[in-house]
Amino acid sequence: MNDIKVDAPELDSIELDLFVQALQKRHGYDFSEYAPASLKRRLRLLADQLHCKTITGLTERVLHEPQLLPNVLEGLTVPTSEMFRDPAVFRTLREKVFPLLASYPLINIWQAGCAHGQEVYSLAILLEEAGLYDRSQIFATDLSDRALQRASEGIYSVKDAQQWSRNYQAAGGTHSLADYCSAGYKLIKLNQRLRRHVTFALHNLAIDGVFCEAHLILCRNVLIYFSDPLQDRALALFRDSLVRGGFLCLGLRENLNPSHAAQDFSPFIESARIYRLPTQAEGAHA
Amino acid sequence: MSTPAAIAIGCSAGGVDALKAVLGGLDAKLSQAILVCLHSRSDTVDMLCQVLKRISALPVVEAIERDAVQSGVIHLAPPGYHLLVESDLHFALSIDPRVNHARPSIDVLFYSVAEVWRDALIGVILTGANADGAAGLRRIRQLGGVAVVQSPSDAEATAMPQAALEVAGADYCVPLSDIAPLLNRLCLA
Ligand SMILES: C[S@@+](CC[C@H](N)C(=O)[O-])C[C@H]1O[C@@H](n2cnc3c(N)ncnc32)[C@H](O)[C@@H]1O
Repeated sequence: MNDIKVDAPELDSIELDLFVQALQKRHGYDFSEYAPASLKRRLRLLADQLHCKTITGLTERVLHEPQLLPNVLEGLTVPTSEMFRDPAVFRTLREKVFPLLASYPLINIWQAGCAHGQEVYSLAILLEEAGLYDRSQIFATDLSDRALQRASEGIYSVKDAQQWSRNYQAAGGTHSLADYCSAGYKLIKLNQRLRRHVTFALHNLAIDGVFCEAHLILCRNVLIYFSDPLQDRALALFRDSLVRGGFLCLGLRENLNPSHAAQDFSPFIESARIYRLPTQAEGAHA
Repeated sequence: MSTPAAIAIGCSAGGVDALKAVLGGLDAKLSQAILVCLHSRSDTVDMLCQVLKRISALPVVEAIERDAVQSGVIHLAPPGYHLLVESDLHFALSIDPRVNHARPSIDVLFYSVAEVWRDALIGVILTGANADGAAGLRRIRQLGGVAVVQSPSDAEATAMPQAALEVAGADYCVPLSDIAPLLNRLCLA
């Protein structure tokens, strides 16, 4: 198989390190604590997309062509998402978590790593249907500017709408997803009224601090890309941002075992990866 | 090649029966880590885990992110996520877009394990109706690993083994019933 270029994996690892340093020094984005297997895979895809033969070729462009930064961030973070992904989780939020949130006069929700906003609108719809939305505030954050821009537009391909509509029903939606969006030939646009209690903001879980005082934090399928120490950092940040008795909802296959900060949470509904901080009373006894 | 440390298996349509045949025939003495990527819906993976537990001489678990890869254990890729292995032999998951219409994708798994285990790896492609796994199997061979492909004529769906043969070639191309004995021989040698 002489026609195929065999690039040594060690060489890739060296190039990966150099790329990460360059991105950090040039643009201030720190990917040094991302889990290497996925990061390497994404870097190779990105190098391919940008017609660079090697990761070093990509490093050169990142250093000399600042206008590439948004592309590079998108390639490194891959903001893929769905509305009501894992519908059972959204059903559980609605049935088990919302009734407890309802006791607060104002409900703060932080959605960290909001990608193109699919989960933001999902949450807003569920809160609306539960009659809680007008005393809720959703803070939707991501490290990528471009992702936030897309999220605030709320425009998606109509191809996905059917699946999302099934997800919405399975999540216990009481209307029809079509009631919340206008559909064109190829695109759907979420009703912008749903944005009335959403604040979009840049926030990088790898370097930034506590963002708000939250009653519920949703951060699904973001920490899977982090190494153990960075996962721990993010979980500590979530713990410090939540009120006592606050809830944390993670992705369905996330594993908290390596994290020290995770020990402060107790499972609330493990099958949906929903965790909770001790309430005031429990805290006092501890 | 050195003594294999791991076996990575990929399949799609018809894969449940094929996996029963292969994994059910593995020797209890195997000390290799076994990683399985099947394209399927989540309930199929749960069911498969239960079925395989009954018929396999080796323990069967779903691969858990951040956990160590275990020798002598069969790890199934969780539904809806790509499965990768870090160089420190821990599992990692990714929810990046589908590859070859699949998540988990066999190519993603194979690329990652090819680099981790190099010539101490056996890659296996069984029945399936698309070309996922072919490029990954080529990568495994490039880095010194051994490729085993189910004979297309013997497979319930031929496209996957056929594509693997065309893109990667194979060190062994044998019918389903011969695969477990072959793996036992390669691993216990
Ligand atoms: C796979 S998406 C998850 C989307 C959604 N939560 C879901 O599960 O469908 C991961 C998102 O996390 C964001 N992200 C990655 N690293 C981040 C960081 N350090 N800080 C904040 N957001 C980050 C990415 O930009 C991306 O939008």
